[in-house]
Amino acid sequence: MRKFTGNDGKKSCADLPVSPVFSFAYKKTIYIWCFAEKFVAITAFFVIIKSVITKLNLCNERIDFMPDYKMELTPEQQAILNGSKGDTMAKVMKTLVMYGETFGATKMVPVTSKMGHLVTSFGLGVMKPVYELMDKLIDAKCISGQQFSVDPKPLDPNVPANPIEKLIFKKFMYSAQKQYDAQLSKLGIVSDSAYTCACYLDEVGNTPAKGEVLSWAESSAVVYANSVLGARCNRNSGIIELFGSIVGYVPYFGLLTDEGRKATWVVEIKTSKTPEAQILGSAIGMKVMEEVPYVKGLDKWLGNDLNDDVKAYLKDFGAATASNGAVGLYHIDGLTPEAVEMGEKLIAEGAQTYVIDDAELDRVKKSYPVIWKDENAKPKLCFVGCPHLTYSQLIDWTEKVERGLEAEGRTKVAIPTVFTSAPAVVEKFNKTSYAARLKATGVILSYICPLMYMNNPLCGKKPVITNSNKLRTYTSSRYYTNEEILKYITKGAVM
Amino acid sequence: MKTFKGRVVVPGTCTAEALVSHGGFNTLASFQHSLMFNDKEAKCGDQNNKDIYNKPMAGKALCLPQTIGSTTGGMVLYCANAMGRSPACLLFAHPIDSLAAAGAILSDVWTDTPMPTVDSLGEEFLAAVSTGDKIRVEEDGVVTIL
Repeated sequence: MRKFTGNDGKKSCADLPVSPVFSFAYKKTIYIWCFAEKFVAITAFFVIIKSVITKLNLCNERIDFMPDYKMELTPEQQAILNGSKGDTMAKVMKTLVMYGETFGATKMVPVTSKMGHLVTSFGLGVMKPVYELMDKLIDAKCISGQQFSVDPKPLDPNVPANPIEKLIFKKFMYSAQKQYDAQLSKLGIVSDSAYTCACYLDEVGNTPAKGEVLSWAESSAVVYANSVLGARCNRNSGIIELFGSIVGYVPYFGLLTDEGRKATWVVEIKTSKTPEAQILGSAIGMKVMEEVPYVKGLDKWLGNDLNDDVKAYLKDFGAATASNGAVGLYHIDGLTPEAVEMGEKLIAEGAQTYVIDDAELDRVKKSYPVIWKDENAKPKLCFVGCPHLTYSQLIDWTEKVERGLEAEGRTKVAIPTVFTSAPAVVEKFNKTSYAARLKATGVILSYICPLMYMNNPLCGKKPVITNSNKLRTYTSSRYYTNEEILKYITKGAVM
Repeated sequence: MKTFKGRVVVPGTCTAEALVSHGGFNTLASFQHSLMFNDKEAKCGDQNNKDIYNKPMAGKALCLPQTIGSTTGGMVLYCANAMGRSPACLLFAHPIDSLAAAGAILSDVWTDTPMPTVDSLGEEFLAAVSTGDKIRVEEDGVVTIL
């Protein structure tokens, strides 16, 4: 006896008293009917499920076409992606998920640092779409879940600029500055004085602890936080870092993982003296690009104590690795926290080697192009402090400038000179007697971002000198070592 | 006609004229001038990039190893896209970098004019393609030099 059952169990057929041909045809018909009914029921089931999913996603029509993501999301993260916190938040999460999937992220992990940091501090009038996006976020109440600091402001009336430059800055370039500052207040900036690239300095108060997960983008801050503080952060882009702070999660890949923090380059320092931080960083950056270097032999010159002077050295060194290359993390043997903890276990199998001696540093320095119109022009402006100077660097530079001027029989610097530092550091410095001493030399102390200042198209024609390899890389400014800069500003010439 | 297969970062199809940068593409340096002075052709402003300096970038198939420079790069690319000044598509010889990926994905999610983006096309792609070549990009990451 054969029995055919439909999906509801009610339709069945058993032995039937009819002719064999009819019986065969009848049984086949019933068989096909039962099968078709099952097929229709299953199809209907999936159609209903799909329509429910579609309805849930109606808040954001583009999510309907979202591909299947491989990343494992928690129910909360999936709900945000599906629109539980609104369309805009869903798009913020979608952006981060797509970003993570591009780099093989397996999951999203919580941002665990107390504060965030944004790379975009400038209200460039032409970047209207960015400010429109900020308005969308604010309107949808997608504000940062953590307070944040921001890169330095692009304008400071104390910094020398001619009337045409001032006009260009205010009317053409940074015409959206007030609007953007107001947006930052709504999005979660910690205070009006939280504008600095060196947000990790003690005076600023955005100093992550070892192992904390960050959502930052400023390249010099990311490389410092990863390397000197042992925090974990990828080299994110502007806007992506804000999205991480808003949603509270970042994709887990790259420098967030143990594997991604292993060094694929070993750099051996064989110089005859302490290498100039900015040139050493530049050489390593240009060689290893975005990979992780493990630097041996530098502790011979810097010692094994991460004191203020060493941290300041590593700040400048790291900024050069990040801007002349794309380094997001370095390890210094016997000095940086992970290198102290794990030593050469941090070196990946098959790592390449780069030996740096005096000749190599000299070669790298000579390779920098001079893009001034007149190579022999007398410098008209000098910037020291990109990234922003630490408190100990400000003290040190003040003393050096005083001594240099005294040796040259001068009272004022020979070239208009601007030292830049974080507003909180400037405030601390201004409470000391050093403030008046520095002012007496004619040096201007500012919170400005020299990079933003140099973005002024007129600066292309202006001979500006700097001790910053980052500023050299992104602008037409010319690089000199600390010693050369000191001679220039106290004597008016290097020789 | 040569065909290359890469990985799709942002899906889409497009046909455009190639603009080839053999060195790293500095996004901020390349776009800053054109954005600031409302240059609809988006002529490349990066004086250090001899391959494409002063050449229009808007609507081109930008062929490059990867992007370099400021971490504002992704935001700048998004901005160029939202203003209609971006390349039509981005074709990377190497695996895409985090800044370019951000720009491509922000454009995909937050604008109505996504830039199809394909990476890992290999060094041989950059060796084979020349500025001015006509390029076809398929949804599945197949890139053809027509």
